[in-house]
Amino acid sequence: MSLITTQDLALHYGGKLVLRDVNFALDRGEIVTIVGPNGSGKSSLLRALVGALKPASGTVTRAANLRLGYVPQRLQIDATLPMTVTRFLNLPHRQKAATIDAALTRAGVADLATRQMATLSGGQFQRVLLARALLNDPDVLILDEATQGLDQAGAAAFYRRIEEVRATLGCAVLMVSHDLHVVMAASDRVLCLNGHVCCEGTPQVVADAPEYRALFGSGTGGTLALYRHEHDHDHAHDHGAHDAG
Amino acid sequence: MITPMTTEPMMLDEFGARAALAGLGVALAAAPLGCFVIWRRMAYFGDATSHAALLGVALALATDLPITAGVLVVALVMALIISTLSERHISTDALLGVLAHAALAIGLVAVSLLPGHAVDLDAYLFGEILIVTVQDLQLIWGGAVAVLALMAWRWQALLTATLNPDLAVASGGNPKREQLILTLALAIVVAVALKVVGALLIAALLIIPAAAARPLTRSPEGMAVGAVLIGAVSALGGLQASFMFNTQTGPSIVTLAAIIFAVCAVLGPLLARR
Repeated sequence: MSLITTQDLALHYGGKLVLRDVNFALDRGEIVTIVGPNGSGKSSLLRALVGALKPASGTVTRAANLRLGYVPQRLQIDATLPMTVTRFLNLPHRQKAATIDAALTRAGVADLATRQMATLSGGQFQRVLLARALLNDPDVLILDEATQGLDQAGAAAFYRRIEEVRATLGCAVLMVSHDLHVVMAASDRVLCLNGHVCCEGTPQVVADAPEYRALFGSGTGGTLALYRHEHDHDHAHDHGAHDAG
Repeated sequence: MITPMTTEPMMLDEFGARAALAGLGVALAAAPLGCFVIWRRMAYFGDATSHAALLGVALALATDLPITAGVLVVALVMALIISTLSERHISTDALLGVLAHAALAIGLVAVSLLPGHAVDLDAYLFGEILIVTVQDLQLIWGGAVAVLALMAWRWQALLTATLNPDLAVASGGNPKREQLILTLALAIVVAVALKVVGALLIAALLIIPAAAARPLTRSPEGMAVGAVLIGAVSALGGLQASFMFNTQTGPSIVTLAAIIFAVCAVLGPLLARR
C-alpha cells in the first residue's frame, strides 16, 4: 500500500485554483522530485500532503500512523526568539538527548547542538531542519526547496546526505527542487507540475516528454533546459555556456 | 461607582501593599504573553486590543456590567476580529494601525457621551493602581493565574506554531487553536491590567519587559522568566518611585521598565562576548 495517495486533488491558494486533478501515490523507499515553474502548485501540493492546506476538492489519504518528516520552504526564526538547536529539536515534543544526538549526527551537524538558531549559516540551518525532520524515524521525508540559498557545493552535499538517510532509514523522499541535475541523478520518479500534473515518470521519460519541453524548452536532456528556464535573461549562450554552472 | 471608597480608615501601607500585589499580578500575567507578542510580531495587535479596553469601559458603564467584564468582552471581540482579518489579508500593518487608534478614539468618545457619568478618564488611560480594592486584587490574580496556566499548558505547541505554522501542522499541531489561545490570554491581560497601568500603557507592559529580557537569555523559557522578573521589578520599583517623586504610577512603572530595557540592551552584548 502507498504511503500517501491523492485522488482528484484540487487546491486553492489565496482564493485561486493553483492545482487540479492530481492523482498521485508515494511508495515506500522511493525518491520523487516535483519540478515546475514558479506558481505551478509545487509547494501547495506538499502543504496539502502534510495537512497544512485543505483540499478544495478531492482527497489526500495517508497510511495509518504515517511518520512524517517535513522541511518547510521558508523558516525564519525571529531574532527576538532565543533558541538553541537542541531546544529547537525538542519542539513540539520533548526528545531524549540520545535521539537528538543521533538525528544531528545523521544530518551531519552534531557539533551545532548548543548553537543559537539565529547564528547558523544557511547550510547549517537547512541541516538542522533536516535533523528535526529525522527525529521520529520518518516513513516519508518531505522537503520543500530545501537547498534554497545554498551554493552548488552545499546543495550537492545536502542531497548526498538525503540519499544516505534514505539508504539508512529506508524512508520515502518527496521533494521540490530546482536543481535538475540532482533530479536526474538521484530521483526514482519526477512529477512535473504546471497547475496540473503535466507529466510524470522516470527522469528520462519526463525529460523527453513534450509537455515538459513545452514548459522548460528543449535543451539537451532537459537539464540545460531547466537551467535556462530559471535564468532566461541569458539567451545568447543557450547551449553549452551553462553546463559548467 | 468607578472609584469605590470604603468608609473605614485606610492605612497608607495597606494601599501600598495592595498596589504592589496588583502590579506583581499584572507583571506575572503580561510577561510570558509579551514574549509571544514580540516573537510573533504582534505589537500592534496588543495596541489595538488594549486600546479597545476603553470601549469596554463605555459598554460596562452603559449596561451596568462590572468594568472588568465589559473590558474582557470587548477586548476579546477586538482580538478575534484582528486575528481573523490578519489571516485573510497579507498586509495588516496599516489595518492594525487604523484599528488601534480608532478603538482608542471611539472609546474616548463613547465614554464622554455617556449621560450621568462623571468618568475619571485619567484612571482608564493611565491606570490607578493606588485605588485597587481587594475585589480588584482577586480579579487580577485570578486572571494572572489563568493566563499563566494557559501559557504553561500550551507552551510547547505555542512555540512550535510561532516558529512555523506548517511545521506545527506536520507534527500534529493546530496553529489556529494556538492563535486563539493567545488571543484569549491577551484579552484577559488587557482586562486585568487596565486598572493598574491604563489602556495606553498595557501594550508597554507586555512588550518592554520581554524585550528587555531578550539580550540576556539563550532560551525561550529563560526569556519568559526574565520578563517576569523585570516586569516585577518594574512594578515594585515604579510604585516606589511614584511615591518618592509624586508621579503617576502607571507611567512610572513603564518608565522604569524602559530604563531596564536600555540597560539590558547595552549589557547584553557585553555579557555575550565573555
